[in-house]
This record gives sequence, C-alpha cells and structure tokens, in this order.
Amino acid sequence: MAPNRYQNRIELLQGTLDLLILQTLRWGAQHGYGISQAIKLNSGDILQVDTGSLYPALHRLERQKWISADWKTSENKQRVRVYKLTAAGKKRLLSERSRWAQLTDAIAGVLEPAKKESEA
Amino acid sequence: MKSPFRGSGDKSDQPGKPAKQRDLEEELASHLKMSQQDRQDRGESPQQAAHSARREFGNVALVEHVTRDQWRGRRFDEFLQDLRFAIRTLRKSPGFTAIAILTLALGIGANTSLFSVVNAVLLNPVPYPHPEQLVMLHESKPNFRAGSISYPNFRDWRHDNHSFSSMAVARGSSFTLTGLGEAEELRAQFISTDYFSLLSVQPVLGRFFATGEDEIGSPPIVLISANFWHRKLSGSPDVIGKTLNLDGKAFTIAGVTPANFDLFQRVMVPTDIYAPIGQWTNPLLNKREAGLGIHGVGRLKPGITLEQATADMQRVTDNLAQAYPETDKGIGATLVDFRKEMLGDVQPVLIVLLGAVGFVLLIACANVANLLLARSTGRTREFAIRVALGAGRGRLARQLLTESLLLAMSGGALGLLLAQIATRTAVQVMPMQLPRAAQIGIDGRVLVFTAGISLLAGILFGIVPALRISQPHLHDTLKEGGRGGSGSRNRAQGAFVVAEMAMALVLLVGAGLMVRSLVVLWRTSPGFEPTNVVTFGLALPPSILGAPAEAIRNQIRDLDRRFAATPGVEAASQSWGAFPLSGDDEQQFWIDGEPKPETENDMKWSLSYVVQPDYINVLKLPLSRGRFFNEHDDERSPRVAVVDEEFARKYFHGEDPIGKRVHLAHFDLNGNGTLFEIVGVVGHVNQWGLDSDLKEELRAQIYFSCLQMPDDYVVGVPGGGGTFVAVRSALPTEQLVDALRRTSREINSDQAIYNVQTMDSVITASLAARKFSMILLASFAGLALLLSSIGIYGVVSYVVGQKTREIGLRMALGASRPAVMRMILSQGGKLAAAGVIVGLGASLALTRSMEAMLYGVSTSDPFTFIAVATLLTAVALAACYIPARRAMQVDPMVALRHE
Repeated sequence: MAPNRYQNRIELLQGTLDLLILQTLRWGAQHGYGISQAIKLNSGDILQVDTGSLYPALHRLERQKWISADWKTSENKQRVRVYKLTAAGKKRLLSERSRWAQLTDAIAGVLEPAKKESEA
Repeated sequence: MKSPFRGSGDKSDQPGKPAKQRDLEEELASHLKMSQQDRQDRGESPQQAAHSARREFGNVALVEHVTRDQWRGRRFDEFLQDLRFAIRTLRKSPGFTAIAILTLALGIGANTSLFSVVNAVLLNPVPYPHPEQLVMLHESKPNFRAGSISYPNFRDWRHDNHSFSSMAVARGSSFTLTGLGEAEELRAQFISTDYFSLLSVQPVLGRFFATGEDEIGSPPIVLISANFWHRKLSGSPDVIGKTLNLDGKAFTIAGVTPANFDLFQRVMVPTDIYAPIGQWTNPLLNKREAGLGIHGVGRLKPGITLEQATADMQRVTDNLAQAYPETDKGIGATLVDFRKEMLGDVQPVLIVLLGAVGFVLLIACANVANLLLARSTGRTREFAIRVALGAGRGRLARQLLTESLLLAMSGGALGLLLAQIATRTAVQVMPMQLPRAAQIGIDGRVLVFTAGISLLAGILFGIVPALRISQPHLHDTLKEGGRGGSGSRNRAQGAFVVAEMAMALVLLVGAGLMVRSLVVLWRTSPGFEPTNVVTFGLALPPSILGAPAEAIRNQIRDLDRRFAATPGVEAASQSWGAFPLSGDDEQQFWIDGEPKPETENDMKWSLSYVVQPDYINVLKLPLSRGRFFNEHDDERSPRVAVVDEEFARKYFHGEDPIGKRVHLAHFDLNGNGTLFEIVGVVGHVNQWGLDSDLKEELRAQIYFSCLQMPDDYVVGVPGGGGTFVAVRSALPTEQLVDALRRTSREINSDQAIYNVQTMDSVITASLAARKFSMILLASFAGLALLLSSIGIYGVVSYVVGQKTREIGLRMALGASRPAVMRMILSQGGKLAAAGVIVGLGASLALTRSMEAMLYGVSTSDPFTFIAVATLLTAVALAACYIPARRAMQVDPMVALRHE
C-alpha cells in the first residue's frame, strides 16, 4: 500500500485547501494533525494534505483572521495548537463554497459542451 | 540574532529563540508525535511508527521555513511579486520606460538641485548656536534706515541696554603686508572684543581678544584666518606670539580663526586679518557723528524678543539724543533678525524659483501619467483577463501603482545624479552672495526630500491609471475586444495636456518678464561710459604713513601724472570718496545764506566724491554747466565744488547753482563749516546700481578736489587701504595692468596694486544675481516647454493612432488630405488654446509674487504675455504637425482593412 500512496494522490487546486480547512473546522476546533486526518478520511483517502501546504495555509488563515489558534492539552496530556473558525471565517467559508460551486458548474459545462449548446 | 518577536512572553528553557518560533517547533513536533501514536495504536512498532510518521511528514525544517514565510504577511509577498512583475513589464517596453524615467529624472533632478540650495541657504542659514538670539544692529538716521553706527554710540548702547547679553561691531578695512614675500594687500576687519565669543566661535589656535584689548592705545595684536595661516605661514603651530608687519606696524598674532568663518556684517567675505577696533588710526573713530561703515551684531538675553529689545534700544537712543542733541537727535537703532538680514533679497528669489521648479515636476508627472494612460490602452485586455481570473481590482490597482513607484524611484535616483552634477556646477558659477554657499550639496535632508518627491510623483502620476482600473466597467472592455472606454481616457489626457500647457505658460511668462527686466537694465545708462574704465586699489608704501600733508599731496600729484603718462592710458584720477557702484560716502551741508541748522540731522545730505581734474575724462561725465576741476584747484586756491543735476534740482529747484556757495559741516575736524563755491554741474551718475538708484533717497551728488581736502583728511589717506584709482584706456586689461604695475614699481617698490576691476565687469556683476535667476527661470521654462510639447505630441499621436480607421473612412469618402491635416491640427490647437487661456489667468495671479525681481516692467506686461502665448501656441502646433502629417499620409485602403 505504501509505495503507490503517492500515485493515488490528487494535487489540490490552489485555493481549495483553504476551503477544505475552513470546512473541516466547521465541525469544531481541531489541531493541524487532526485537520489533515479529517480531510484524508472524508475524501476516502484520496486527498492527502502535505504538511508543507497545511501549516503555511493554517498560519496564513490565522493572519487573515479567518481562524484563530490556541494552545490546549489533548487527552494524551499533550500540548497541541488548536484552530477554530472565527465569525469572519464562517462568512468566508460560505463565499468560498459558492465560488466552488460555480467553478464545478463551469468545469462541468466545459466538459460537456453539447449539453450547454442545446440549452442555449 | 535580531528578531521582532524577542521579549514578549519569553519564558522558555531556550533563551534567545523567539516565542513564535518555539511555538511552531512545538506545533510540528506535536503533529509528529500524534501521527506516530496513531500508527503505534494501529499496531506498528514504535520504531517503524516513528520512521513512517517522519516520512509522511516530510522535511521538518522545510515545513517550518514555508510556514514562517506566512508570518511576514501576504502584503509583502504580493509587493515583491508586484515588483518583479513591474520590472518585467517595464523591461518589455524599454522605449516607454526610458522616456518616462528621463522625464522624471529631469523634473526630480531640477527640484533636488534647487532644494539643496534652499536647504543650505534658507533652512539653515546661520551656522552659529542659538541663531534666534542673534540680531544685526544698525543706526537709523535721515536717509539711512540701516546706517552705520558711530563708535561712541556703540559703546553707550553696549553699556546702557538691558536686552543683550553681548554686543559687538565690525568694520571692513585692509592692511598692506610687508616683510613676508612680495608686498600684499590683505582684507581685514576691525572688530570689538566680543565679536567671536558672541557668535560662539572658537579659535583654532591661540585665543581671541580679551575685554579691553579693543581700547585705543592697547598693544597691537591681530587674529589671522586659517586660510592666511596656511597660505603664508604654512600652518605652523608656533605662529602665536610672532609678529606681522601690517601698514608698517608690527602686530602680534594672538590667535587663528576657523577656516569657514567668513562673516562680514551682513555678507560672507573671506577676511585674512582681524584687528581690535582700537587699532584703527582714524581720528574720526571717537566722533559721535561719524558713521564710518561700522555695523553691529548682538546676542539677545534668553527669553528677550526682538520687539522687547527694540523698545529697550529706543529708550537707550532717546536718552543719548537728550544727552547729545547736537549729534544724536533723530538717531535710533535698527534691529534686524540675523537670519532675515543674512538672507536679504535671496529668500523671495529662491521661493519663486522653488515654485517654478515645482511646476516643472508637475508637468513631468502629467507627461508620464499620459504615457501610462496611453499605454494602458494596450493593456486593457490584460487587466480584464486578470480580473476575470480572480485578481481583485484593488490588487490590480496596487500593481499599477507599484509600476509607477518603480518608475518614480528610478527617475529619482537618476535625478539625484543629475542634481549632484547640476548643484556642483551651479555653485561654481553662482554670482549671488549666498550665505553658506559652501555648504550647498546633497545631504541627508536632501535625500529625504528627493525620496519624498519621487514617491509623491509616483503616486501623482500613477493614481489616475490605477483608479481607472478599479472602475467597475472593466468587464465591458473584455466584451468590446479591448477598444472601449477611450472617450474618458481622451478627456483625461486632454486635461493633463491643458494643465501642462498652462504651467509651461506661467513659467515662460515669468522667464519672459525677467528677460524684459534685464533688457531694460542693459539699456539703462549708468550716467557715465563704463567701457574702457579700469579701477584698482593702490596700497601706498608704509614709509609714507605719518608723513605731513604736503608730502602726501605731492605724492598724489606725482602718482596722477605718472599713471596718466603710462603708455595707453588716456586719463587717470584718484577717487577718495564715493565711487559709482563701489562705495558710498556722504557729506552734510547747508546753503550759504541760510541759517546753520541746529543739529546734524537737520542738515542737507549729499553723496560726496573726492577726485582729481581728470576724473571727468575717465568716466566721460557730461558737463552741463560751468567747468570741472583743473590743476589750479589746489590747496592754495579758493575751495570749489561741482554738483550733479540731481543736486541742482533738489537743493536749488532749477535755479542756476553756479556761483552759489555751500557750507560743508564736517569737512575738517573743527566742524565749523567750510565754504565751497559751486563752479560746475555734471550729469547724474547711478551710484547705487542700475536697478536700485531710483529707489534710494540719497541721490544728490557733490564733487571735491583731492588737493583741496583738509590736512587731517589727507594724512589719513595712506592708512586704511591707500588710494583708489580709476583710469581710462583702450588697452586690453592685462596689458594695461602690467603697464600700471611697472609704473607703480618705478615710483616705489613697496606699493601694491590690488583689486583690479573693469567698470564693465562691475556693472555686469551688479546685474549678475538677476541674470542668474533669469537663466535659472528660463531653463526651467525651457524644460517646461519641451516637456509640454512632448505631452501634446504624445496625445495627438495617440488620437491619430486611434482614429486611423475613421481617417481612412473619411478619405475614402472624399475628404482631402489638407482637410484631414486641419482636423488633427485643430485637435491640438484646441488643447493648446485651452492651456494658453488657463495659463494666462494663472500667470496674472502668480507673477505678482515676482514683483521684487522685476525692473521697469509691470507684472502683467502685455508684450510678454502676448509673445509668450504666441510662442507656446506655435511650439504646440509644431509638435502636432508631426502626427498630423502622419494622419495625412494614411492610406484609406490599408486603414480600412486594418483590424
């Protein structure tokens, strides 16, 4: 399993990682590892978030005040940095989601042009 | 390691590492630990779990690094991105970039140069501590608001006032140095003891004068300038206590003054020797009525204002007027802020120039803004696509501004270079007596200024194209295929060109008025024929000091004869009193038959010229009545005087002055009045300068013969700089001076000719400051004209480019080529006309600030206004002619097929 793990991986489109992080945090505060695991799990192991993308994104979103961070102690008595959505982040998530919907529609339109033309 | 995070919440076992960095390390470590734990929970061995967790994680240091990058913020990254993009874009159109940078460099360079002058001269003109406490002191008297102070009055002022912590006086003079190489004339100042300590200047070597050393009869000591010390004494440290032979007398050197200390009264004049004023052998020094060119400087006590000090001095001079009504009635003190006096007439000139140069920069900005606007046409599609791809309008505007700022900063850097060269050249050719001219240069403040105006310029010309981008109609452009929105752009470009034209016109009017003033002045006759007149100082040999009057008179007669006999010399005369444009001297008198006025200041005043018979031939003065002096008017014959027409008009009201007699109040030391008969009238001479003679109150002129001067006056001539000689000769100046030097040496080898000047050069120099401002203003105006014609050329070319299709269509429909040309020219003509109208209005308002710089022309001189408007229109139309010709040559077929 391990050798072809990278082959199954889909490169995340730029900008979509933000959406995924915000979406993941909708269900509650989470630390970086938790977020990466949640994305992996919810995408059926297809979306592997690279730590080299995850942490810069988390810190950037924090700077943009869409998420906030706090130190907490986990069940395993470990100090972890936990992120949660801010009010602005919730708004942002909504707009990102609608943009995403537009994008997928548009891509679908491009991929199936016949259907679009017949409509017009 | 420096870090912005140090200090806040640093409670760790790893001192020195910023808290935020430690947090990140801990965060990533916790990730690894959790990942490993999960794997162990799924049954992997601890070793294997650690290994694969680390493998999945990747390079910890790298992750740390890219995460840290986010802390800096997106703005900065975006800025770097914008900057890189701007460099790429500008590099792609080198022509545009070069023109824009060069235009800005000219504008910014001109501003930087002028600012470096303003910086040194206006912002920091007084190089002494607490300059706000320093005050220039003069005596106010009839005819002179800022007249010279008599020495006894000064001593009473110093003693009686309550406002000054100290007060000092200085008086220019010169010494003949002998016994140290060839005899040499040195510029000197007689000063009172507090002069240097008052200004808080320290000696380089030795000491300055101590209290009491300026008393008459004190031992002869001097201070020497650092320049003289290096030049003549090779900077040797043991000069203190050595003696110098000045005017035949041994003076002990007490100290050396600092190298850059050039203060003399209100101007900067390099001085070699400072002597205590008590060493001055002039017998008039202790006369309360004698002014003698002494002016003072005082330092106010802390907290005392100029007004308080003025009131205090009013009390002091009122008391003196009561105590000495004969001499001090009507005498007051004039106190002038030191800084104001040092700046004199320079300030308004510099401010006008600064305004002018500001206009040049504005024109340059308008030009670059137009270039950017025209260029953005070609980029509309690019912007539209980028917006469609998700770039925010703000981001796009920011990117355009980055481009503008990059242009501005490059222009600024190049401008700084130009300014460096320009300033260095300008300071060398600058004729004005600018205070602190030596300090003019690029310093920190100038750098900040340049950076500031570059930034401002970048925002100024970048803002319009940037704003346009952020307008919401951009997506329409995409639909139109990139041809839309040109109407409003044309209007903006047109507005810029109109503004440029208007500003150029203002500058041209200013320069035109200056030129007109100079032409008027050049045509003004000085009242004599300056061409071929050479003047020089003649330091008499120390051996003649103290000789009886008779011996000196004989010497004078001999000198005149020998100089007149020098080959090539047409006429020669000594001059001991006033001399046109060079120095003034006054006499008080009353007319014979009128009662003697009770006090000095109720007497009549006249400029006084003390000359030899040939003087009228040297200057070629027009003789209107009677006769001038001849060789028989000497000490044995009745005393006679010649007056000028102004004197005759003012004091005899058109009556014939010939045969009238006047009493000279202070002709000799007894002060009883000496009777002179007027034997001739000559034309008025411009004593005060071509441009200021009419403004002066004291313009009446009276001439006396050297040989008829009283004995005590004659014996004083050899001291204090010797005699002043004027000769007329058609010889080239160097040849003449050589011949005169030979003659002088034949008479006595201890004699020195110094300060040789041609009258032509004196007159030119008297107008030089005016000419210099004119040249500066004219070059700014020329630059403005050039930039604005490039501007109008650019816009009309752009319009022609846009209308190629329309022109083609018109021509296909039968429009003639001249009609097309007229159409394009009228486009440019409309812009130019609008610019001229706005500019004329602005000029009428703005040239008023130049009033002080003008002479003989009104600030709204119609000739200048019409000439300049015509010139500007003609140049603008010429600039439009090139694109108009191109339009005329459009091939209708090609144009229509185009696109």
